Amino acid sequence: MSGLSISNLSMRFDLPNGDYVQALQDVTLTLAQGELMSVLGPSGCGKTTLLNIVAGFLAPTSGELVLNGHEVRGPDAERGMVFQQGALFEWMSVRENVSFGPRMAGKSEREWGQNVDHLLDIVGLQDFKQKAIYELSGGMQQRVALARCLANDPDVILMDEPLGALDALTREKMQSLVLKLWKETGKTIILITHSVEEALLLGERLLVMAPRPGRIHKEYRLPFADLGVGEDLREVKKHPEFAQRREEILGMIWDMEEEIMGRQEESA
Amino acid sequence: MIPLLIYLGIFIVSFFIVRTVTDQAQKGFNARKTVTFGDESAVKPNRIASVISVLALFFLWGSFTGSSLLPGFLHMPGAFVGTTTFEYTARADDGTEDSATVTVIVHPAQDKTNAPEVDPGEGWAKDDGAAIGAYRSGLIRVDKNDEKGREVGHTVIAVNGQPISPGVDVFVNNARIGMSEKGTLNFEPDKGWQMEAIWLPPPEKVVERLGEIASEGYRDSTLYEHLGYSLFRVIVGFFFGALVGIPLGYAMGLSNWFRGWFDPIVEFMRPVPPLALIPLIIIWFGIGETGKIILLFLAALWIMAIAARAGVSGVAISKVHAAYSLGASKRQIMRYVIVPNSLPEIFTGARVAMGVCWGTVVAAELVAAEQGAGMMIMVASKFQLTDIVILGIILIGIIGFGIDILMRMAEKWLVPWKGRV
Repeated sequence: MSGLSISNLSMRFDLPNGDYVQALQDVTLTLAQGELMSVLGPSGCGKTTLLNIVAGFLAPTSGELVLNGHEVRGPDAERGMVFQQGALFEWMSVRENVSFGPRMAGKSEREWGQNVDHLLDIVGLQDFKQKAIYELSGGMQQRVALARCLANDPDVILMDEPLGALDALTREKMQSLVLKLWKETGKTIILITHSVEEALLLGERLLVMAPRPGRIHKEYRLPFADLGVGEDLREVKKHPEFAQRREEILGMIWDMEEEIMGRQEESA
Repeated sequence: MIPLLIYLGIFIVSFFIVRTVTDQAQKGFNARKTVTFGDESAVKPNRIASVISVLALFFLWGSFTGSSLLPGFLHMPGAFVGTTTFEYTARADDGTEDSATVTVIVHPAQDKTNAPEVDPGEGWAKDDGAAIGAYRSGLIRVDKNDEKGREVGHTVIAVNGQPISPGVDVFVNNARIGMSEKGTLNFEPDKGWQMEAIWLPPPEKVVERLGEIASEGYRDSTLYEHLGYSLFRVIVGFFFGALVGIPLGYAMGLSNWFRGWFDPIVEFMRPVPPLALIPLIIIWFGIGETGKIILLFLAALWIMAIAARAGVSGVAISKVHAAYSLGASKRQIMRYVIVPNSLPEIFTGARVAMGVCWGTVVAAELVAAEQGAGMMIMVASKFQLTDIVILGIILIGIIGFGIDILMRMAEKWLVPWKGRV
């Protein structure tokens, strides 16, 4: 069975004072190969915890996580990760960063050279191959991170707010790039974001999570990702359903935030 | 006090002169800044000030030592050398008073000069002659050749007409004259403002001494051997300190057991100044090379261990996570992530450690050594060879500075990303 299947996943952090935080409770979902799912939710809803569990950096307290028929235990090259920022290796050039995965697997440059150069072309960094990381802008650095992840050819790509630190214009270009790469490579992608627009634009599926305990609140299937491939994303945003969905989800998250505030006042 | 005031004067006067003579407009981006007071980035060292600062130091040095590098009119007034006279008035028990002249030759202290022959003159008080070294003082028994000596109550009551008694000084031309408890005149020629060479030699004497020690050596070793020994000890001690300290720091950054085991030791040893270990090291290992290298090893060890530990703790967890999800093994994470990521911290530590080692080696050599920069200045100081002491201090400073420059260059070359992430 190909794809990612998460069943009854729970995560509980015990605090030193005997208390505990229920970061995730009974999260169940399946992702078919090649699906792009964006995850939204107020802070504290456990979306980053979910991603870290899928990546294998955290072991869940209970539940099962199966990828392509085998259980996930620990980080692995089959699940690549793109971080918000600061995860590139400053002591390596752009090309060395992108070829890190294949090189660690013991492959020779003959094996990875062409693919890495091709990926650098796709993300538009062909002229910056030998540059140092600190010589690049934030947007370029995230393109390196994307290319590095793709060069390792993972089955699933996990993105933890990869565009969060970018300015609006760069962000829009990067969103187009993510859509393009998704269509071209057919990877399964989970994208965590704080931006409702981004979640709507990129997510073929959209998961809204609720906090305390972290759980799935609502799931959508959306047409915008398919519409957006190769198109101007600003045109997609003019779609009448887009505005409607955006308002609906924003309202949902507002309600959750207000509920948290109310609960905090109660306990205080 | 006077040199300080002159220095302050040069500081202030050159500031105003340079300000009026040169173009003070800031260049580049800073030119358009309206807020510069408080903006550290807008403060650039004024290189003219640096040059004047160094020149001023050498000027003061030369001026107060009568250096031959400076023209005479820039010299501070020196000690009096030459012939001077004064007149004393003596009284005897019988109530008679008489005066006589004393001629004093003040000669450079290192020359031997005989007292001048003088004509005794009229009256019962006879004229005298004396020779006194510059910067020194001497008792002059003026009664010795007088017809009415101490046995008949010869007492000097005035010098140049001014009354004198024990504890009262009289200033005459080029000298100060005091009186001892027994009534003998004490002649002290004017010292001027210059330093005597045994306290502070002029710059050219230091340079001369540099040539001499460089070619002939000092205390059975050439200058290069002295400096070489010090450097050798520092490099070997630092090398072994880094060799043990860096892996120890990595282990402390990566393993609970190592962290727990070595934390108390490292945290205790870090604040102990290496100098405090010198006595114990000498008791255990004597004053030979072994002891010194062990001392420097210990000086570098804790600094390097703490730097390496900090380097490991400083690895952003996202980098480690990224490497794991790209398929790297633990060994590869170590080799390609943790070690390179900790290099900036390790270089900072190495610079500190090298500085501490250099200071420690000089101090250790001051205490006991056969060769070394510290031993050289210590032995020289015992013989009041101030020029060697000053020369040694300057060389120690230059080498310490040179080490730091080299470390900075290596840092720039090896960790170009430092401070730019």
